[in-house]
Amino acid sequence: MTNKVIEVSNLTKKFGSFTAVNHITFDVKEGEIFGFLGANGAGKTTAMQMLCGISMPTSGEGTVAGYDIIKENELIKRNIGYMSQKFSLYEDLKVWENIRLFGGIYGLSNKVIAEKTDALLKQLNFAEERNTLVKYLPLGWKQKLAFSVAIFHEPKIVFLDEPTGGVDPAMRRRFWEMIYDASERGITVFVTTHYMDESEYCNRVSIMVDGRIEALDTPAALRHQFNADTMDEVFRQLARKAERD
Amino acid sequence: MIEVKDLHKSYGKSGKINALNGISFNVNDGDIFGVIGPDGAGKSTLFRILASLIMPDSGTAIMNGYDVVKDYRKIRQIIGYMPGRFSLYQDLSVEENLKFFATLFDTTIEENYHLIKDIYQQIEPFKNRRAGALSGGMKQKLALSCALIHKPEILILDEPTTGVDPVSRKEFWDMLARLKEQGIIILVSTAYMDEASRCDRIALIREGELIASNTPQGIIDDYSDILWAVEGSRMSAILRELRKYEKIKTSFAFGDKIHITVDESLQIGELKQYLINRDFRDVGINPIEPTVEDCFIALTN
Repeated sequence: MTNKVIEVSNLTKKFGSFTAVNHITFDVKEGEIFGFLGANGAGKTTAMQMLCGISMPTSGEGTVAGYDIIKENELIKRNIGYMSQKFSLYEDLKVWENIRLFGGIYGLSNKVIAEKTDALLKQLNFAEERNTLVKYLPLGWKQKLAFSVAIFHEPKIVFLDEPTGGVDPAMRRRFWEMIYDASERGITVFVTTHYMDESEYCNRVSIMVDGRIEALDTPAALRHQFNADTMDEVFRQLARKAERD
Repeated sequence: MIEVKDLHKSYGKSGKINALNGISFNVNDGDIFGVIGPDGAGKSTLFRILASLIMPDSGTAIMNGYDVVKDYRKIRQIIGYMPGRFSLYQDLSVEENLKFFATLFDTTIEENYHLIKDIYQQIEPFKNRRAGALSGGMKQKLALSCALIHKPEILILDEPTTGVDPVSRKEFWDMLARLKEQGIIILVSTAYMDEASRCDRIALIREGELIASNTPQGIIDDYSDILWAVEGSRMSAILRELRKYEKIKTSFAFGDKIHITVDESLQIGELKQYLINRDFRDVGINPIEPTVEDCFIALTN
């Protein structure tokens, strides 16, 4: 039996009379790359906040990385990684300081952090940039470093919120190759993106419309189901049904 | 018409960061002109110079006959500028914001209503709502209405579709296509390569340098590599195998296919056999037309 890293049922979040997330039920398997798509305002961010343990659901239940999202949300935070395009690293800290900071936040010992830092910088070919302020790194390097830092404590699952927005086309693809490597090492990847070509790189994809998951399958099966040539077309067919702005 | 000539701009201590490194291009009357490049390419710096908000270190930009440095007052009358970040008054209502911008330019909403009608009608039902309480899509429509209300000759839009989903992006470009009919020059920047096809002409930029400027088709016609698309199951394994093959110059994932550029001595059958020998039996290989994204990769690799 495959382990499930995310398993949620009827997860719902209301803000007053507005239902941001409306009874979503799905699971994500260990090592899977799971694409979480939806139009702006469909409820993706709210759903992700619940999965990361930083927002309590109004109703519904589930587990992430083996912990209950209602009773053990603090444990969830410790056992996941997170990276977004908007925020990932501290610009005014040096490369090694960022690694040190995040390693410390996740409770790794100084010794482990030191060893892993050397190994990581070597693996990324970053050894010479150890003392460089992050703000002086080219964007593509920043993204690579940010992803490595997000999985530095070897979480069961990493949440990536539009990690490639605005990134150079070649760099964007190299970034996905890093995602593949992480997935092959058993790290589950939960990713949002507005690039529909990237949804093809996911094992399975869900598409949210107005707070609900309206479709969930492999990209090939979704294309078949919606009689579409591309995921872009699948997305358009579904998003057109949206009623809220 | 816009004539940009050899613009340079650097920031930081002793000019450490080179934001623009000699950018030149022309924009024809009535065109939608796309400035396309990744984050950090210098798009916002370029647009801020054209909007007369910052000054170039050197170089010139003439917009409809006015110099962005010397004639900055005139420039501000003839342009509408929508910055990348939402910068309207959050505590004013939708209608108050629009009225404010109309008044600044000594006009009224009524006088130029025809210009914004198409866009503003969609948010008019919420005209008494605070701008800060609007959804992302509605904020954008209000910002565009405010940038248009004084009937500008040139509209400058800095990354209007960043972080916007594919459906809303398409709607936004449909809106621009309708604005174009009014004869306004539209300058728009984006990091999405697929938006190139909606422009009359484009400039591809990266790290402060212009790497190509042409019509989208012109950019594609200039592509000189041999480009094939490879498809099959187990894509990441195929990609790794392709990278080992010496007659393949580059290989990148493109949605459900892999695009490869190859040495001219390579035949499709030969590559197919190579993959079959490595147990990839269901692969398809076809020559394809490049997209603007293929061109960008080829020009920057």
